[in-house]
Amino acid sequence: MRFALEKRDGKSRKMTILVPIFSLIISFLLGAIVLAISNANPIQTYGAMIKGAFGSPTKIQYTIAKSIPLLLCGLAVGIAFRLKFWNIGAEGQYVSGVIGITWVMQFWTFLPQWAYLPVGIVMGILFGAFWGGIPGVLKAQWGVDETLATLMMNYIAIGFAEYLYFNAWKAPRGNMGTVRYPEFAWLPKIWGKVHSGVYFALILVVVLWFVLYKTRWGFELNMIGKNQRAARCQGVSIKKNIILAMLLSGGIAGLAGAIDSAAVTHCLTKGVNSGYGFTGIIIAWMAGLNPFVSIFIAIIMAALETGGDALQITLKLPSAMGEVLQGLILIPLLAGSVFTEYKLIVLTKQKEEVL
Amino acid sequence: MHENITDETPVVRMVAITKHFPGVLANDQVNLTLRKGEVLALLGENGAGKSTLMNMLVGLYRPDSGEIYINGKLADIRSPQDSMALGVGMIHQEFMLVGNMSVAENIILGMKDLPFVPPLSEIKKKITDLSKRYGLQVYPDKIIQDLSVGEQQRVEILKLLYRGAEILILDEPTAVLTPGEARDLNEIIKKMLSEGKSAIFITHKMDEVMEFSHTVQVLRRGKSVNVCPTNSIKRVQDLANMMVGRDILFSLDRGPYNPGKIMLEAKNLVIQSLQGNKNVLDHVSFAIRGGEILGVAGVAGNGQQQLTEALTGLMHVSSGQVLINGEDYTNKTPLQVIRSGVSHIPADRGRMGVVGDMSVGDNLSMKKYRTNELSNHSIIKRSWVRLFADKLIETFVIKTPSQDTSVKFLSGGNIQKTILAREIDSCGGILIAVYPSRGLDVGATEAVRQNIIKQRDKGNAVLLVSEELEELLMVADKIAVMFEGRIMDIVDVKDAKTEELGMLMAGVERRDI
Amino acid sequence: MNFLDFFTRLLAVTLAMGTSLTYATLGEVYTQKTGVLNLGMEGIMLMGALSGFATAYSTGNLVLALVIAMLVGGLFSFIHAFLCITMRANQVVSGLSITMLGTGLANFLGQRLGPASNNFNLAGMNLPSKFNNISIPGLSNIPVLGALFDVSILTYALYFILPFAWFFMYKTKHGMVVRAVGENPRTAASMGISVSKIRYLYTTIGGMFAGIGGACLSLSFTPSWNEGMTGGKGWIVIALVIFATWNPGKVVIGTLIFGGITSLQFSLQAAGFKMVIPTQFLGFSPYLITLVVLSAMTIINGKKKGSFAAPAALSTPFAIDDK
Repeated sequence: MRFALEKRDGKSRKMTILVPIFSLIISFLLGAIVLAISNANPIQTYGAMIKGAFGSPTKIQYTIAKSIPLLLCGLAVGIAFRLKFWNIGAEGQYVSGVIGITWVMQFWTFLPQWAYLPVGIVMGILFGAFWGGIPGVLKAQWGVDETLATLMMNYIAIGFAEYLYFNAWKAPRGNMGTVRYPEFAWLPKIWGKVHSGVYFALILVVVLWFVLYKTRWGFELNMIGKNQRAARCQGVSIKKNIILAMLLSGGIAGLAGAIDSAAVTHCLTKGVNSGYGFTGIIIAWMAGLNPFVSIFIAIIMAALETGGDALQITLKLPSAMGEVLQGLILIPLLAGSVFTEYKLIVLTKQKEEVL
Repeated sequence: MHENITDETPVVRMVAITKHFPGVLANDQVNLTLRKGEVLALLGENGAGKSTLMNMLVGLYRPDSGEIYINGKLADIRSPQDSMALGVGMIHQEFMLVGNMSVAENIILGMKDLPFVPPLSEIKKKITDLSKRYGLQVYPDKIIQDLSVGEQQRVEILKLLYRGAEILILDEPTAVLTPGEARDLNEIIKKMLSEGKSAIFITHKMDEVMEFSHTVQVLRRGKSVNVCPTNSIKRVQDLANMMVGRDILFSLDRGPYNPGKIMLEAKNLVIQSLQGNKNVLDHVSFAIRGGEILGVAGVAGNGQQQLTEALTGLMHVSSGQVLINGEDYTNKTPLQVIRSGVSHIPADRGRMGVVGDMSVGDNLSMKKYRTNELSNHSIIKRSWVRLFADKLIETFVIKTPSQDTSVKFLSGGNIQKTILAREIDSCGGILIAVYPSRGLDVGATEAVRQNIIKQRDKGNAVLLVSEELEELLMVADKIAVMFEGRIMDIVDVKDAKTEELGMLMAGVERRDI
Repeated sequence: MNFLDFFTRLLAVTLAMGTSLTYATLGEVYTQKTGVLNLGMEGIMLMGALSGFATAYSTGNLVLALVIAMLVGGLFSFIHAFLCITMRANQVVSGLSITMLGTGLANFLGQRLGPASNNFNLAGMNLPSKFNNISIPGLSNIPVLGALFDVSILTYALYFILPFAWFFMYKTKHGMVVRAVGENPRTAASMGISVSKIRYLYTTIGGMFAGIGGACLSLSFTPSWNEGMTGGKGWIVIALVIFATWNPGKVVIGTLIFGGITSLQFSLQAAGFKMVIPTQFLGFSPYLITLVVLSAMTIINGKKKGSFAAPAALSTPFAIDDK
């Protein structure tokens, strides 16, 4: 029996809903297999993860706090992906944001106290935007492949950050990390571990949703992503929009970095590249580039991380289980998405193959 | 002309070949016979079914019915490999060559019986010998992307010969060659014939048919209309008649011809070719008045698309001027051209005319979303768009489940109607339509033509590029014939003669007619 | 330490570090050359390191460890191939999810496959045997270059594998097919080549090499297991592929330079030299150089049609029946 994939006449409604559900089920099954092989009880483990992520108010706070930079990175990447610009440099743009805010926090001592935080955040956004703009210009002007360019930019930023926190900006005491930000400039917490970055994130979701789905510019970005040639025929400027979108994308990732460091880490140090940029890519893709759905996905991803962390304490299981599940969820989803546009057919004698 | 052909079993016999594609009957009971040592020219306009027929001979398609006999034996050709095994090979218009590999590598790519390390020196020697034998001037070490188009074509020929092809099919071989290179090609083919090979070439150029073939077979609308020895054709005009046909399908309502002032003008437009040989556009000049349709005739690939892209700001012009209502719009951006009131129905409707993954409503609004009609302060008003789209869908009878359906799911005709609706509704005086009725059924075609005439009756200036002469004769007021980037002549439709136009399309100069 | 000793030590460390990178880079070069982008390198290498170490730890059999690492690497990249080729998934997202899965799984299993005495953790455990350096008498005493003859068998193998990889790509009929598929899949298909079979094959092989590359780290370089011990090397591999302009013959230049820069960091610090250029700059300079080279190559070659060294069909799916 031979199978083949045949293009459907219309996007399958049924599949768009069934596929994510089945994928989730399959991935939890696969995860259970991994757990079983390593002598852990799947049900117990999953239970512990859920409790670890949502079991108590404190746990929920941790999860939400973690979802903020994830969401922002997901939004950032989502903008670029809308134009089919593969921005895998969100990690580096995030780090640039941290560098930006650290610069203000550590050296702009001429500022009045109330100004540290806002100026710092703005600087974080600008640094991120700059870092995203470079590959944007390279692609728009000269066609340099953005997948590879943004990837390289990540490690340049991370390396430069290392230089700063090990060397140029290192705090006099301790072996690494910059001076802690002054406490008056920290991003205030609003509920336990959850900080006011959540306002930024939610506002941004609404703003982005509005811009992308309601404005002319959003319409143009959509056109470019779905058919660049036709967009050009309609007078849309491809170059200008790629650059603008990348400035925005990098800026939001930079914002994520600035917020997280202003609220949680309070300095630039090892571990600044926490993987939010990469997970953001996954979030953007899974959310179908929809800002509101991104909230939901970001929380799931955050829950997998905090739930995973909890495993260490409660069941003495490696926290890496969370990461395993994150990867496992994606694979069936990736495989399954093909069924929304294609149907599986069986080739019998009648069906001939036409090249 | 060539010498006599041996009278044996035909090397190729295609019997009652029929092929359907969705919505169109590409080949209708076509018979074709090729004898050994013969060159058969397969002549017809675009869409006549020539390529389809040949694609079946080389296994890219399977016929719905009919048989193919190679050297007298019934053949079941399912792939290019099958046809090659039978000695039949084809050189396509788009060459099947890997740019960054050498000539030798391209020639042996994918061959079954090669040793692990192909003995390149042996192979290169064989290539050089073949090359000398047929006068191909192909050097095995050169890299494909460094070769001229003519040289690449010769590599393709050698590829077939190397693999033992006895029957060669060439698809519009001289479309990409200069006249000198075309003559060289003819010499090569003569040499191959003298070695017992046979050839079919697909063409639309009548002078080629006269010069290079023994026999000519004319296809029109999927049917074979005539087969005869080339030297039995007394006048090229007869050939043109057969190719283009005389039947006019339907008559359309037209207003009186009352042209206004000049709205769109081209002055000496030149676009240089990247490869440096012929110019893509060669000093093209014309003027179109309001209330007038200028048709551009000529076989696709002679610069028509580039002309329209030059006029709409999509392609850079090396020299010359584009004037819209007297103002210089040469090399301006597409947006500026759109804002000056130019509407464009592009050649490639799927890739340039619509965004397939967006809805019908969205696609309809792509011209006006910037204006106050559909948006307010940078925000697109969805309710206004819905009303707007509903109105257009009704007016132009676009068949779609809803305005939210993705445009890619619509039939070709309805996609074209969507584009038409959008462009006509927003037309500010000038309409440029490129192959607008290509691939459409009778009903859709009529709608398209009627709409174009309506625009002209309203006083707009229309540039209509079409592959079908009869469409232009029906719709246009004047016809400009393009050949190899030049305008051969511009004639008034009422004075136009099909045969003359056919010859101009084939590159015969006006003064030689 | 004298001058020659310093450079000998430098070359030795470079070779040791570079071995792992070279295997993985060779694999990815072949994968990308057929038009598939595999960003899962980091995860695959880590899984290779883990599975190699775990096998060697429990069986003491180094050869078996290598084989297992190879198979594991092949399995992960096969999944990637399946997703990208048959299921037409986005290659970037697929590669990143493989990285995520591989990294997570490796770290997870690293804490479960160890002995009960160490809380089931493999970290900190010692291998019964490891790939030691084998010294060729006489040759290994040559100043500086002698380091080439005092390396592990994994590195010695490369002395043969590297030229063969180049030879295979450019002199054999299979290499021709590889190049054609990545450059112009349509033409390859018209010549009777199954584009998807070739892509499956070389993506899987590429993953196998990556698995070996990972195992080199845990079985030879630092014979131990640490969480995340690949430390971003998988991403360096991607950079090295570009730097080598997708040519197996040039891979060694990149790995020597990159390996050299990194080992320079350590060697200089060890020798007590005061750095004029901060060491971290050396750390990210490979990526910066690659970016500059990539941009320059694109800009310079931009006008010529398809002459850029990257396979023209890289990361574009190809399906015969698609319009």
